[in-house]
Amino acid sequence: MSDLIIRIGGEGGEGIISAGDMIAQAATRSGLNVLTFKTFPAEIRGGYAMYQVRFSKDHIMSEGSGSNIFCAFNKEALDKNRADLRPGTVLIYDYPDGDIEEEVKIDGVTCYPLPMSRIAKKDLEMYRAKNMVALGALSYMFDIALEELKDLLREKFGKKGEQVVATNLKAVDAGITYMKEHHKKTDPFKMGSAGKMAKDVIIISGNEAAGLGAVLGGCRFFSAYPITPATEIANYMSQWLPKLDGTLVQAEDEIASLANVLGASYAGARAMTSTSGPGLSLMQELIGLASMAELPVVIVDVQRGGPSTGLPTKHEQSDLFMACHGGHGDAPRIVVSPENVADIIKLTAEAFNLAEEYQMPVLVLSDGSLGFRTESITRPDPKSFKHVTRARYTGGEGFKRYELTKSGISAMSQPGDDVAGSYIATGLEHNELSNPNFTPENRVKMCDKRFAKLDTLLAKYPDPELQGDGNADVGVISFGSTMGVSREAVKLAREQGLKVKALHPRLIWPMQTKQLKAFAATCKTILVPECNAQGQLAELMRGATGINPVSYRLYDGLPFSPQQLLAKIKEVM
Amino acid sequence: MEAATEALKAKDYRSGIRAVWCPGCGDYGVLNSVQNAFAAHQLPLNSTVCVSGIGCSSRLPYFLKTYGFHTAHGRSLPVAAGVKLARPDLEVVVFGGDGDLFSIGGGHFPHIARKNMDLTLVMMDNHIYGLTKGQSSPTSSPGSIGSITPYGVPDTSNVNPLAYALTYGATFVAQGFSGKPKQMDAILQEALNHEGFSFVNVLSPCLTFNKVDTTDYFKAAFTDLPEDHDKGNLAAALDRAFNPPAGKVYSGIFFQTRKPTMVENLRAINKKQKADKNMDLNIAVDWFKP
Repeated sequence: MSDLIIRIGGEGGEGIISAGDMIAQAATRSGLNVLTFKTFPAEIRGGYAMYQVRFSKDHIMSEGSGSNIFCAFNKEALDKNRADLRPGTVLIYDYPDGDIEEEVKIDGVTCYPLPMSRIAKKDLEMYRAKNMVALGALSYMFDIALEELKDLLREKFGKKGEQVVATNLKAVDAGITYMKEHHKKTDPFKMGSAGKMAKDVIIISGNEAAGLGAVLGGCRFFSAYPITPATEIANYMSQWLPKLDGTLVQAEDEIASLANVLGASYAGARAMTSTSGPGLSLMQELIGLASMAELPVVIVDVQRGGPSTGLPTKHEQSDLFMACHGGHGDAPRIVVSPENVADIIKLTAEAFNLAEEYQMPVLVLSDGSLGFRTESITRPDPKSFKHVTRARYTGGEGFKRYELTKSGISAMSQPGDDVAGSYIATGLEHNELSNPNFTPENRVKMCDKRFAKLDTLLAKYPDPELQGDGNADVGVISFGSTMGVSREAVKLAREQGLKVKALHPRLIWPMQTKQLKAFAATCKTILVPECNAQGQLAELMRGATGINPVSYRLYDGLPFSPQQLLAKIKEVM
Repeated sequence: MEAATEALKAKDYRSGIRAVWCPGCGDYGVLNSVQNAFAAHQLPLNSTVCVSGIGCSSRLPYFLKTYGFHTAHGRSLPVAAGVKLARPDLEVVVFGGDGDLFSIGGGHFPHIARKNMDLTLVMMDNHIYGLTKGQSSPTSSPGSIGSITPYGVPDTSNVNPLAYALTYGATFVAQGFSGKPKQMDAILQEALNHEGFSFVNVLSPCLTFNKVDTTDYFKAAFTDLPEDHDKGNLAAALDRAFNPPAGKVYSGIFFQTRKPTMVENLRAINKKQKADKNMDLNIAVDWFKP
C-alpha cells in the first residue's frame, strides 16, 4: 500500500497534536513521506481537536480526500466524523469505559473498540498516556514505524528520566497488546516500511518553513505581533535570529511591527514581519508607505478565516484582494504564493531578493493549511540561496534617490553613506530628489516609475509551472495550498484519461497575464478553485486577463480535497 | 571620530529647503535649537537620521541636511525604533506634534518609553492640530474651542505629556519653550547626550489657530524648575509635572536616570546566545532532522 491517511480526533489538551507529531516524525524516519493537517479550537484547552497524517511512499501533494482510518478519543470526535466513515474505512474508538456509550456498528466500516481511557487511567494509572495507548495501537495495526516510534519516545522523554520513558513505552505496549489480544485484523491497511530514510530529509511545518526561508534568504531583522495562525513564524525567528546576531522585536501591534521593519529597511537591513488577516488589515497604510518610499520589506501573511476575528484557527484564502490591492492609492507591490512547505522556504527566501531588487513590499501569501501542516521534505542546502541586494548609491555628488530610469529602479543610499546621498524617505509624492512635489507632471512621472518596476519584474519572472500538455477540456488555475490539491486532482483526472491540465503560478501579483492567456487559449474551460466566498482569484483574473473562469469557492474553514475538485472538474467538462 | 577639517556650524545642518511654517510659529525656534544642539555635539550629517510623522512640526526633517524619514501619521516612533535597532551606530532623533504623538500615535509612546529605546524625541506641543486648521488635540484644555468642537471640547481631561512619559518609564523627561531658546538649546544638548529614551516636550505656540495658549500666555506662564529640584527623584518629577504653581508651567529637566537601553538589552541576549553573524546555516536546517 502506498498511501494511507489516519485521522485522530478528540478533546483539545488530550495530547492529540503531540501524538500526531510523533507518528509523523517516526514515519519520516522509516523513510515514508508525510503531510499532516490539523484543526484545533481557538481556546487553549477543551473543544474538538483533530490531527490527520497522510503517509506515502511517493511525493504527497495535498491533505488527501477524507481518511482511511479514524481514531476517536471521545464521543464528540466520533459524532463529528461519523459522516466521513464510508464503507472501506476503519474506526478505532474509545470503548468500553469511555464516554462512547455503545458499541459502534457501521455498514462496511471495520470497527475496532479500544478502551484507551480505561487502559490509561485504570490499568496503567497514567491519565495523560491515553494518546500513547492509541499510538501503540495505530502503529501496530497499520504497520507504521513501530520501532522508530519507540526510539523516538526514548529520545523525547529521555531528558525527563528513565521512569518517564518506561511509563510511556508501557502505554504504547498496552495499546499493542490490547489490539493483539482482542482483534483479528480484517482491514487491508498496512503501510509497511519504505526501506531506509533518505539522507537529506527534514520534517518541518509551513510556519517554521517561512522562518527558515527568511533566515536562508538573509533576513536579519524581524518584528511581529502575536497572532494565530502565524505566531509559529515569530517563534522560529526568536530562536534563531539572536544566534545569528540579528534583531528580534516583539512589537506593540502590527502597525508598529511593519513600522519597525520599514525603519530597519531604510537603514539597510533585510527585514520582515509575519501576520495573519487582522494584522495585515492594520498594516495597509504602511504597505502604501513602503510602496511610495520604495523600501524593500517582506510580509508573510498566513491567511485565516475572516472578516474581523473570523475563524482564527481555520484555513481560508480570503486575503487575496487585500494583498494585491489593499490600502489607499495606487500602490504597487508583489504577491507570491507557495504551494507547499518546500515552496514556502524557497519563496520566502526569494521574497527578500524581489523586495531588494524592486524596492517594494513583497507579500508571501501562506494559509492556514500550509502554516499548520508538517511535511517531510528534501533538505534545503543553504549554499544554494543567492542573495540579490538593492541597487546602491556609490557616493559622489548629483545623487537622485528616485532617479527616473527605464526599469523604474533607482539606486538607494542609506544612512552612513555620503552626505550627498542623504534624502528624506517620504510618503508624500516627491520628485527625483525626494523633495515633496505635487505638480501634475511630476505626479504622473513618479507614479509611472513605481509601476514600471512591475513590468520589469514581469519580463524577468519565470513562467508559471505547467502540468499536462496539449489541448484540454478543463484547465485549473489556483494559488497557495489549493495548488497542491489541484495538482493531485489533475493527476487523478489524467490517469482516468480526461483532458485536463493545470497552471501553477507562484507570482500572483502582478499577474502573468501573457502566460495565463496562452494557457487559457489551450483550454475549453478554465476552473479556478479557491478557499474564499467571493472568488477573489477568479475576479482578479477577469480584470487582468479578460479570461472568464468558472469560479469554485469553498469557505467552510477547510481546504479542498482532491476528490471534491475532481468531481467539479468532471462537472464543468 | 573623524578627522574633520572644519567643525560643523549650526547653519551647516540646514538643507536648501525653505521652512514653510506660518510666520511666528514656535517651530522655527525649535529648528534653530535643534541645529545648535546638533552642532554642539558635532553630529555627523551622514549618520544622523531625523524621523517624523505627519503634521506641521513633522515637516522639520526636510529642513535639515541629515538623512531622514517622513513617515505616516502617528508612526514616527516605531519607524525610528526600526532604524535604531537595525543600526545602533546611527543617531536617531524623532520630531512630531501633540496630535501625531499622543492621539493617532499614542499607542506607541508607552512601549518606546518602557523599552528605553535609544531615541531622542522632540515633541512640538501647540495644544492644537495646525495642519488641518485648528482642531483640539489631546493636550488642548478641556472646554477649549476647536474647529470640529465649536461648542467646546467635551473631553474631561487632557494629556499631561510629562507625567505620561514619566509613568511609562522614560529615562529622560524635560520641558522647554520655543520662546526660551537658551534653555531649549541646553535641554536638547542634554537629551542628545542621554543614553536611552529622551523625551523633550517643547511648548511651541500656534499663532494661527490657537488663540488661548499663545506666545504671550506661555511667556508669562513659564517658570524654571526650582533650583533644588532633584532630577533623579521620580516622585518629585511627577509631582512637579502634575502640580506646578497656579497659572505656571515648569521648564527644565524633570527627570533623568541611566538604565539599560533596548539596544543594550538585545545585545545582552544575543551575547548569551553566542551570536555569530557567520554561523553555519546548516545548523538551522539540520535542527529539523526527523
